[in-house]
Amino acid sequence: MTNHSGHPHQIDSETGKMGMWLFLFTELFLFGGLFLAYAVLRIQHAEGFHRAAQELDIFIGTLNTVVLLVSSMTVAMSITALQKGNKNLSIGLILITVLLAGVFMVNKYFEWSHKFEHHLWPGSEVYLNLDRTEITFYGLYYMMTGLHALHVFIGAILLIVTVFRIKAGVQHAGHYVLLENSALYWHLVDLIWIFLFPLLYLIT
Amino acid sequence: MGNENKYTHVSYLEHQGRFKGIMSWLTSTDHKKIGLMYLYAIVVFFLAAAVLGLLMRIEKMNPGADIMDAQTYNGIFTLHGVIMIFIVVIPGIAAVFGNFFLPIMIGAKDVAFPKLNLFSWYVYITGAILGVLSQFAGDGPPDTGWTFYVPYSADSNTNVIFALTAAFVLGFSSILTGLNFIVTIHRLRAPGMSWFKMPLFPWSLYATAWIQLLATPIVGITLLMVIAERVLHIGFFDPALGGDPLLFQHLFWIYSHPAVYVMILPAMGVVTEIFPTFSQKPVFGYGAIAISSLAIAFVGYFVWGHHMFTTGISYWSRWFFSFLTFIVAVPSAIKVFNWISTMYGGSIDLKPPLLYAISFIFLFLIGGFTGLTLGALATNVHLHDTDFVVAHFHYIIFGGMGFAFFAAMHYWYPKIYGRMYSDKLAYIAWGILFVGFNLLYFPLFIIGIQGMPRRYFDYLPEFHTGQMISSIGAYILFTGLILMIGNLIYHRRRGAVAPSNPWNGVTLEWQIESPPTHENFDEIPVIKHPPYLFKKNDTN
Amino acid sequence: MENNEKHHISSYTSHALVLIALLVLTFITVYISKFHFGVFSVGVALLVASVKATTVLTWFMHLKFESKFTKWMVGGVFILFALVVIITFIDYLLR
Repeated sequence: MTNHSGHPHQIDSETGKMGMWLFLFTELFLFGGLFLAYAVLRIQHAEGFHRAAQELDIFIGTLNTVVLLVSSMTVAMSITALQKGNKNLSIGLILITVLLAGVFMVNKYFEWSHKFEHHLWPGSEVYLNLDRTEITFYGLYYMMTGLHALHVFIGAILLIVTVFRIKAGVQHAGHYVLLENSALYWHLVDLIWIFLFPLLYLIT
Repeated sequence: MGNENKYTHVSYLEHQGRFKGIMSWLTSTDHKKIGLMYLYAIVVFFLAAAVLGLLMRIEKMNPGADIMDAQTYNGIFTLHGVIMIFIVVIPGIAAVFGNFFLPIMIGAKDVAFPKLNLFSWYVYITGAILGVLSQFAGDGPPDTGWTFYVPYSADSNTNVIFALTAAFVLGFSSILTGLNFIVTIHRLRAPGMSWFKMPLFPWSLYATAWIQLLATPIVGITLLMVIAERVLHIGFFDPALGGDPLLFQHLFWIYSHPAVYVMILPAMGVVTEIFPTFSQKPVFGYGAIAISSLAIAFVGYFVWGHHMFTTGISYWSRWFFSFLTFIVAVPSAIKVFNWISTMYGGSIDLKPPLLYAISFIFLFLIGGFTGLTLGALATNVHLHDTDFVVAHFHYIIFGGMGFAFFAAMHYWYPKIYGRMYSDKLAYIAWGILFVGFNLLYFPLFIIGIQGMPRRYFDYLPEFHTGQMISSIGAYILFTGLILMIGNLIYHRRRGAVAPSNPWNGVTLEWQIESPPTHENFDEIPVIKHPPYLFKKNDTN
Repeated sequence: MENNEKHHISSYTSHALVLIALLVLTFITVYISKFHFGVFSVGVALLVASVKATTVLTWFMHLKFESKFTKWMVGGVFILFALVVIITFIDYLLR
């Protein structure tokens, strides 16, 4: 209720941030549907889930968790840097975040291609000949991590756009709603992984 | 009251931005133009789907195959459902009148994110085109019904993926509109307009927007899962792959039941504006109406299981969903009492908008009560998947949301176009519509109770009378629709010039010019009074 | 509009401390997954995950310094999702 004067198309920081939070809710519910499916299928196929989950590499999973947590910190710090007027440090921290996103994706690539080497992809002969209870686990595994990877990708693009906006001086110590929103989105990616990791890798 | 002839500015219809002609519309971030673009798209799709409905009724006029075979019939009722639900009714009032009037009624110059608003229109159009394309691309029109139940939708050889993608894209558009409205209402209310000085149409949009935001993603992911299942044979829902078909129904109805409230809440908001204006009396029980919108939205989120009573869900969950279904009827009934009480003792002026609003109550009551019949476990087992259900939801969706949409159209028409339609034609069209509607749908209650299943292409001879009456009703209804829409289209340019406040309304949209200027207000108004304060003896 | 809003500036150290806490929690959850608590193993893992999620929401996502309404919204959304899960399981657990 604060912004009445001035141009109607000027979006102030509170408004922008509120829009982002609402958007994050829809993302949470998008993954929420998958979590619900996971819960339902898991109580029906507990044994198969146990067996299939043991095939996943806990090391890669843990490594990726650490990567995402660190990247969450760097993007949070980049806001601090911009608030203090330290433009270059802010850009550097965002670029580190994007780099970590790349590391995450490379790890994911190795993990998936390892599965594919064993001809285990959705719809493959090996996949369809698995025990029915294990099929649902792998189905969820590919769907959840795939959708999450897509969000990592979008988040990274958003951060790169933000870098250009900071360079252009559009985002600065007095106005940085885009940086805040990209950071919020990036934290959401982390937030979802925090739940995916134990559900897919650890519950064996 | 505003000055009647203060046409000092160019109206939004003539306002041009960087481009001229049709491009000035397609690139406009003006909420009013976007609202009208939704309106035109929705009317086109509505008429197309209405023709499909008419075709179905013609086919069912007599037993046996008359004008199409069974598979074509399956394709037609699927497309009818997909267009009507996802393209017409769900965006419906919120996208058209919400976009147009929400900012004006809360004293803002535009929505919070105008560019996002235009973007969501394009997303909407993309989804709508995909929906239509599903008929022509691939291996024939989808035949699953708009509910896409698995395992059939995972196995059907028809072009289901297009229809699923269309619904997904349309859902995304709906989410963005909801998001925009919530932020607009929170951030852009005029100074002095506290929550409880806000008119009730924005209140209903606020409740609606939360459902759009928090329920739509669930159906989004569900549709993606069905697509993944079809393309990759992943096995979420298909029992042959270890999936659970009931899981689909849960996920689907977690969205699609609240979606009913996305349709009906803005409709309730519209008539809540109409009753005080044409009774010249403050709305009865302002607080109760505002809060009951939120209550319907909240409780309505938890009743999805009543679509699944016969599927073998647990005893306790049937008990629970049935119970909550009855609970959700309470705030709806509160609203009905309030509308009636608003008229009581008022100086009623039975103009076309009020007539449509009153028939809304009548049809909504029939739809609501039969909804309780379906929400009760014992009767549901008998009536599940019969034409009774078809009649019930058409009374709610068409009789409720549709008639409220017509009411809104007649109520705000002078404001939108600055012209008046012919009252006489509007009355006649209403009469034909009302008679046609009841002839079309009421017999379906009866043959439904007698056991006529829904979605059947053919029927036993004993249902012939009912089906015949219903088909005659369809012709009458369609005539009424053409007359009503014709009246509105014809007078858009040729009607008498409308004053800025033809109905003597008191909410903010009646205090500005007709049609409004590009930025609605020269100066943002400062609100000092509650919204429905009518001056006594003010009879201009 | 920017001027009359107060922005809280978090220090670098506080961000680093939050990260350390999150890493410790991660290693705890990996470590204890090697023991079998039977039915409780899911619960324990989800509990740790919830603590981590709350930490990210509170500090990294600045929720601690946001308006009361934002806090209520976020809390409400998680409660709503929990209700949806619980209600679905009224069916699956009691069938």
